[in-house]
Amino acid sequence: MIIQAIFFYIFAGIAVASAVMVITARNPVHSVLFLILAFVNAAGLFVLLGAEFLAMILIVVYVGAVAVLFLFVVMMLDIDFSELRQGILNYLPIGALVGAVLLTELLILVGAWAIGPDVVKSIASPIPAPSDVNNTQALGLVLYTRYVYFFEAAGLILLVAMIGAIVLTLQHKPGVKRQNIAAQVARRRTTAIDIVNVKPGQGLS
Amino acid sequence: MTIGLGHYLSVGAILFTLGILGIFLNRKNVIVILMSIELVLLAVNINLVAFSSFLGDIVGQVYALIVLTVAAAEAAIGLAILVAYFRNRGSIAVEDINLMKG
Repeated sequence: MIIQAIFFYIFAGIAVASAVMVITARNPVHSVLFLILAFVNAAGLFVLLGAEFLAMILIVVYVGAVAVLFLFVVMMLDIDFSELRQGILNYLPIGALVGAVLLTELLILVGAWAIGPDVVKSIASPIPAPSDVNNTQALGLVLYTRYVYFFEAAGLILLVAMIGAIVLTLQHKPGVKRQNIAAQVARRRTTAIDIVNVKPGQGLS
Repeated sequence: MTIGLGHYLSVGAILFTLGILGIFLNRKNVIVILMSIELVLLAVNINLVAFSSFLGDIVGQVYALIVLTVAAAEAAIGLAILVAYFRNRGSIAVEDINLMKG
């Protein structure tokens, strides 16, 4: 139990510290790298909570895909980031005020809250004992049966996002030769080949 | 020394606040604003998984999975819009994005 507490404080501390660095780092590349660190430590928290599958998904999806996408965009766009940082102190008082109020409210809520007695009755699908069914299997047992529409909706969201990203960033430059599949398929023998009767000794002019 | 639900909710609350603060601080830099939104969604996920674990209900993890999907889609679309905008205007400063004068 003490080891769990130690690891909780390590993961939570590093996650919060790297979140601070994400929003205060001068260089956006450093921000992205600290974002990766925050996500890895949040994955550690998920492992402590017994949600191993989500922890691995967090690393695969965020560190492997989203963070690399951020890194790609930050490095691809030619932006003077020091110019974007001007006036950061103008917003610091109002931001600090809103943040302090929000954090105070949330922490008061966390301190003063209790689980109602009826909550246990309304549990939709209890987590099976980890000795019987591991977390991934337990999640799959409900995700593909009771929540299959959520699963399909998630797939649809990803499809729309993929199509949207392609449509937004695809650009047609004039003068670039592209494959026209419809034209290729619509070719007939008559249009594709031309039979020439070559007379001996004359050749093709 | 026992780590309870309150500890995890506190971490979630702190991360959420840092995400909101990041949106305020980096008013000019859209990329950092997008990263702050990712932090906010991560805080939401920590809360969902913490409640799921401590209440013994796995549906919270299903919802966390959906939130993760939405966050990934949002990042992809947001960065695509950013790239398209940068191509047209040569800048990503938020204050320049006022063509529609909304």
